[in-house]
Amino acid sequence: MLEVHDLTARRGHATLFSGVSFQLAAGQALALTGPNGSGKTTLLRILAGLTSPAAGTVRWRGKDVAPFAPCIRQDTLLSAHVPALKDELSAAENLSLQCALTGHRVADYDIRVALDAIGLGTAQRLPAAVLSQGQRRRIGLARLLLVRRPLWLLDEPTTALDVAGMAQLGRLLGDHLESGGVVVATTHQALDIPADRLKSLALA
Amino acid sequence: MSASGQARGENGNIKREGTPSATRAPAAPDAPVYGAWAAVRYATLRDLKLALRSRAELGVQLLFYVLVVSLFPLASSPDRVLLATMAPGILWVAALLAALLSLPRLFASDFNDGSLEQFAMSPYPLPALVSGKMLAHWLTTGLPMAVLAPLLALQYGLDSSLVIVLTLSLLIGTPILSLVGGIGAGLTLGARGGGSLLALLVLPLFVPVLIFGAGAADAVRAGLSASANFSLLGAGLLISLVGAPVAAAAAVRIALD
Amino acid sequence: MNFFQLSSPATFYPLAGRLAPLFAGAAALLCVAGLWIAFALAPTDFQQGEVYRIIFIHVPAAWMSMFIYLVMAFWSILALTFNTRLSAMMAQALVPTGAVMTFIALWTGALWGRPTWGTYWAWDARMTSELILLFLYFGVIALRNAIDDPRRADRACALLTIVGVVNIPIIYFSVIWWNTLHQGASVSLTSAPKMAAIMLTGMLVMALAAWFYTIAIALFRVQAIILERERGAAWIASLPGNGSRMVTA
Repeated sequence: MLEVHDLTARRGHATLFSGVSFQLAAGQALALTGPNGSGKTTLLRILAGLTSPAAGTVRWRGKDVAPFAPCIRQDTLLSAHVPALKDELSAAENLSLQCALTGHRVADYDIRVALDAIGLGTAQRLPAAVLSQGQRRRIGLARLLLVRRPLWLLDEPTTALDVAGMAQLGRLLGDHLESGGVVVATTHQALDIPADRLKSLALA
Repeated sequence: MSASGQARGENGNIKREGTPSATRAPAAPDAPVYGAWAAVRYATLRDLKLALRSRAELGVQLLFYVLVVSLFPLASSPDRVLLATMAPGILWVAALLAALLSLPRLFASDFNDGSLEQFAMSPYPLPALVSGKMLAHWLTTGLPMAVLAPLLALQYGLDSSLVIVLTLSLLIGTPILSLVGGIGAGLTLGARGGGSLLALLVLPLFVPVLIFGAGAADAVRAGLSASANFSLLGAGLLISLVGAPVAAAAAVRIALD
Repeated sequence: MNFFQLSSPATFYPLAGRLAPLFAGAAALLCVAGLWIAFALAPTDFQQGEVYRIIFIHVPAAWMSMFIYLVMAFWSILALTFNTRLSAMMAQALVPTGAVMTFIALWTGALWGRPTWGTYWAWDARMTSELILLFLYFGVIALRNAIDDPRRADRACALLTIVGVVNIPIIYFSVIWWNTLHQGASVSLTSAPKMAAIMLTGMLVMALAAWFYTIAIALFRVQAIILERERGAAWIASLPGNGSRMVTA
């Protein structure tokens, strides 16, 4: 489903990485590893269509991914390093807005259920400003739960998650892959994904 | 289509049940049409909700406008005729300054917390989302300023016919400020210099609006018709409505690169 | 030569180096000719006396100030559409000259205004429009300086230039619109009595001189920009006179 061929990225005069190629079929996940500054996030953003590579091609479902192409925007969930939360709104309101932005109007009941499931039961109505880092990260997990998209691009999904959160993430990833989705995740830690579905790419 | 025999909602969402961790099939490729009007509505309502949560900020902006307008009679001579002549220009400049004050915030907060990136990743057209934000900006800055104008014009002893013309010019002109200013806000995202840079970029584009806007009341005072001014303002508004969201969306994409 | 081959800075650099002195020389010759027409050949004006001769600098500068902006917009459209570095560099090279031309137009306009209108500055359509144009140029310069990443700066400045181009027709037509709004506007150039052919020739020669000067200086400047932005590329090290002295990335 996802084919990357000979990808090269530059920042300024420095080349971040070059000649990166990989293929992911439905139900497969790619773990991007590498030291800080090796371009993991840049690669993820190229896959998301936010930035264009210096060279190389990305094909999603057989179509070339141009920057901001509709095909990638309709099929992708990007979980960036900064959780896109507005401090003035509550977790429930934030989640509702995030889901609506992807085109899915989610009922309030489902929002509540999802937030309960990720362990944010009582803090749902509080302004997001008072939530901890871990809680903010977990709202992202709730979004993964509620919105159906084939391609998940996750930037450091394990950050600030406690044991329960990691278990939840593992379950989410497993379900998604089992139903034929694709995951690309940058990570410093090992992801809880069965080995037969997991590929690894280290950016030196 | 549904796995595990469980009921699925219209767009593949979870149906009411206990633990939402069952297996689901991914959404079919026949995706719904992501309309522009829905996007505008979404962005406008979102920004209005956010603005109402920070009511203090809105109040400060309007207060600034009122203060600037009220300072001029204090600073210059209390000559009634002179004040009445200056009134349209002063109200217009104050509206401009207040707009410049509030424009950096149009995209900055969303840019910093990652929301703008999610906007760009949304299947909704980005120009539509951006125009929704600009509409919310006008509703919280330009519109109140235009509505307050008749009240403030009292301080200047402006003729009632002139007050009507002035208010109308503000009603048509302030949306242009929000639209064109939004382009500047997008261009200065992540650039050094913040608000001053934004002002420098956007003032050359504002000046024609200022000239024709303030000139409308002046024309009527001179006994001429203001129709030329209003036609030009209207044309400017139409061009901005079409072009500014596209340009601002392009600027946002450049900033996200 | 294939046009798209030219879009590589490495190919364009030597070409610019060959063309620039030619244009500079032509500009110098035309300038001498133009000034000679201006001060020696053209007769004394009936109404304004000798002071009108500033027209031979003022008008070409004003024309160039608008023309350069249009050329910048052209390069900007290319830069955004094809994502080429060189188009953006050409636009970048033109900005300072455009600002200088605008400044000269404003300054000479003020100097001309004093003896003829009695004031250095009048808020009439043309002068105000030229001032707006100057601020447009300043804006592009300021934006470029404010963004660190050169490619992002390229695209942002290109977008700003294109958006600003909307102002050019406003500037151009504002004279007409202003005259309908404010009856009795100040004396405008187009309403002047039919110009003697020699004056027109002089202005055209000076305009051509300004045009060639702009091309020459833009080519010189784009060479400097290429060197600065492409430093570290192999072909720069192999340029004559460089090598060990060049700073590599």
